[in-house]
Amino acid sequence: MSNIPEGLSYTKEHEWVAGLDEGLTVTVGITDYAQDQLGDVVYVQLPEAGTTVEAGDSVGEVESTKSVSEIYSPVGGEVVEVNQAVVDKPDLINSDPYGEGWLFRVRVEGEPEDLLSPEEYTALTSGEA
Amino acid sequence: MARPTPLRDVHESLGATLTDFAGWLMPLRYGSETAEHRAVREAAGLFDLSHMGEIFVTGPQAGQALDYALVGHLSVLATGRARYTMIVNPAGGVVDDLIVYRLADDEFMVVANASNYRTVALALTNRARGFDAQVDDRSDAYALVAVQGPHAQEILASLTDTDLPNLRYYAGLPGVVAGVEALIARTGYTGEDGFELFVRGEDAVTLWQEISKAGQPYGLVPAGLSARDTLRLEAGMPLYGNELNEETTPFDAGLGRVVKFDKPGDFVGRAALEALRDAPPRRQLVGLVARGRRVPRHGFSVVAGDRVVGEVTSGAPSPTLGKPIAMAYVETGAHEGLAVDIRGSLEPMDVVELPFYRRNK
Repeated sequence: MSNIPEGLSYTKEHEWVAGLDEGLTVTVGITDYAQDQLGDVVYVQLPEAGTTVEAGDSVGEVESTKSVSEIYSPVGGEVVEVNQAVVDKPDLINSDPYGEGWLFRVRVEGEPEDLLSPEEYTALTSGEA
Repeated sequence: MARPTPLRDVHESLGATLTDFAGWLMPLRYGSETAEHRAVREAAGLFDLSHMGEIFVTGPQAGQALDYALVGHLSVLATGRARYTMIVNPAGGVVDDLIVYRLADDEFMVVANASNYRTVALALTNRARGFDAQVDDRSDAYALVAVQGPHAQEILASLTDTDLPNLRYYAGLPGVVAGVEALIARTGYTGEDGFELFVRGEDAVTLWQEISKAGQPYGLVPAGLSARDTLRLEAGMPLYGNELNEETTPFDAGLGRVVKFDKPGDFVGRAALEALRDAPPRRQLVGLVARGRRVPRHGFSVVAGDRVVGEVTSGAPSPTLGKPIAMAYVETGAHEGLAVDIRGSLEPMDVVELPFYRRNK
């Protein structure tokens, strides 16, 4: 079973969003389920800080031995910070997807797209498993 | 539903990610495929390859039947030796690539790819008509376990009386490993030294567990198909369905040497291949190393300037080189200024000699 922490929101594209309740800036990463499906991540391309994104935009990609997945921004706003550590060491996404493997932070403008609760995301991933 | 191998429960207990490969439920990886790849290069890896097909050709004219059915000269193969060869269609297109073992004067075992062995068995049956030889597909009865890597011989030596140091590359002999009757072959698909053990399906679990135990002090780990694919790609070995298919000839793949025109008699594909042998090659299989970090994949276009000059057949991040690598068919002579179209952006590539990796012997 993959790890799906409480207190985060999720997307159908297997990303997590932290900090929605606390303020204007959220942190985005990919889930434990997603990293397990991908296998060893070898390359990450992230948006540049300062980029304005819309919810649902493709903003980067995560590439593993076997496949590549696009990264979507689950919220609209301005990218205020990207995690240079995962660019330099992509396997942080495998070892710590909810911690050191975070991808980017967005200052939210407008409403986020439909996000899933941990329960809803658990149902989604068990349906695919 | 994909078919399980006799080792399915073992894979599940090891936490493998299982995948459907050519209709078989196979381990893709157990943990990190990069770690599995490195273990095979530096220590040893244990593979379940039970999806491969084993087709027996027996009888007084078994060798002659294979000479007619395949591009190789199998009737002169010594007992206990093996050859890499191919079966082609009448137009010279590759139906499958094969390893043929001569087990006795009148007995050969043809090992075919999982995706093709039914086709190969049928073609061999048809082509063996008129020869005093029988074709028998025993794929369902056999399991195949491979031990690959620099420590493979030491690990197996503790489990068998067979004289492994004198078993040459591309040789195979019947023996006993961990109490299990096996055909012990010094073959593989990783670019490392290693062995492939053909055993009865019901013996596979015992064999796997004994090898795991014996291999532990040497750093042996179970390795899945993901690692197998990056290992063979680094070693420049073709994969059927990628570098080889019915529209590809052995010459396209740079493997014209396996076609033995000097053997006596006709063989399926001879006329077509003779005509192609003397024609200038249409395209060439080349090795590509990416300058950047994005990975060229199967089916991506190879571009020179604003012109498509070829297509990637296999690509992956290479754990040994630390860069993305690929094999691609390109127009003959197109070697300079190549790029691969990776989702709309042109990523520069350098052409290199195959293989990407060669072990120190």
